[in-house]
Amino acid sequence: MNNEWPLWEIFIRSKAGLDHKHVGSLHAADAAMAIENARDVYTRRMEGVSIWAVESKYIHASNPDDAAALYDPANDKVYRHPTFYDLPEELKHM
Amino acid sequence: MSTKKLKFLLQLADNALILGHRISEWTGHGPVLEQDIALTNTALDHLGQARALYQYAAGLYNGLEAADKQDFFSSPAFADPEMNVTEDSLAYLRDSWDFRNLLLCEQPNGDWAVTVARSFFYDHFSYLLFSTLSNASDATIAAIAAKSLKEVSYHRRWSSEWVIRLGDGTDLSKEKMQYAIDELWSFTGELFLPSEADMVLEAETGCSLSSLKSQWATSVNQVLEEATLTAPAADAWMQTGGKTGTHTEHLGYVLAELQFMQRAYPGLEW
Repeated sequence: MNNEWPLWEIFIRSKAGLDHKHVGSLHAADAAMAIENARDVYTRRMEGVSIWAVESKYIHASNPDDAAALYDPANDKVYRHPTFYDLPEELKHM
Repeated sequence: MSTKKLKFLLQLADNALILGHRISEWTGHGPVLEQDIALTNTALDHLGQARALYQYAAGLYNGLEAADKQDFFSSPAFADPEMNVTEDSLAYLRDSWDFRNLLLCEQPNGDWAVTVARSFFYDHFSYLLFSTLSNASDATIAAIAAKSLKEVSYHRRWSSEWVIRLGDGTDLSKEKMQYAIDELWSFTGELFLPSEADMVLEAETGCSLSSLKSQWATSVNQVLEEATLTAPAADAWMQTGGKTGTHTEHLGYVLAELQFMQRAYPGLEW
């Protein structure tokens, strides 16, 4: 019998960052506790200023066995990259 | 020079040191990993507040006239008026009768519910106290209070949410949480019973200690209600004595553990 609280995946955005990065997981009874536990476990060394918590069961991941079918076809379709335009000087450093 | 401010600072610092030490006793023994870390963080917060307050207090003590120093502490370590007192002397070399912490802070951890209840009562109090002290005319006290307030805000949230979770939980958790509230209630009266030193609060901020009592009662009762717990009688008999050095049997054991190394190996450093 499993007595553990649900598992949550935690994402933290650092002070200078733009996106939340996955930093690990923890157990919590509910969302409020998940945020607080994340604050205590994953931000005590000033790792970040924003926390996202998602119950692990809601994260859906691709199957590594499907990697060939999912990703290889994109390898040789160079026309999908926006690299054939001559950018004017003003935009050179986009 | 009035020694009241020094006594007031020691009340605050001793609360932080003793409660911080008690909470640190949970290190490695928490019911779940995340809460073990949470409590360790909280203990460190309290110890950080203690350090800041002791540093300021040590400076004030050293500036006292020899006559004022003479009877300030009864502990033999402070007999020499020439001694340069530091935060460490204050934390490690006083015996229990020289400590001015609330009796609430020295109570044993008990089970999770008791630890939560102890912090719950204290956090709602220190939130009000530090909010008020953020406006102290003494700039150092105001700065320490403002910084501590951020930590205390989180502590208050943590302890209140646990009271609610346990109170409005299973039959067993409710029973344990109610028991803890009832057991520690008699130590809450002391929070607002002003000692002579507590007059400093009014002198610094214009706000008296007893005026904080009704705000405390309101916020505590709000949480107890949400937790579906019964608030104990407001006029129950209350324990006192901590602020004037008369402590429960527990403080001696706490100090024995806390102070052993410095007393056995004086001047020991990492």
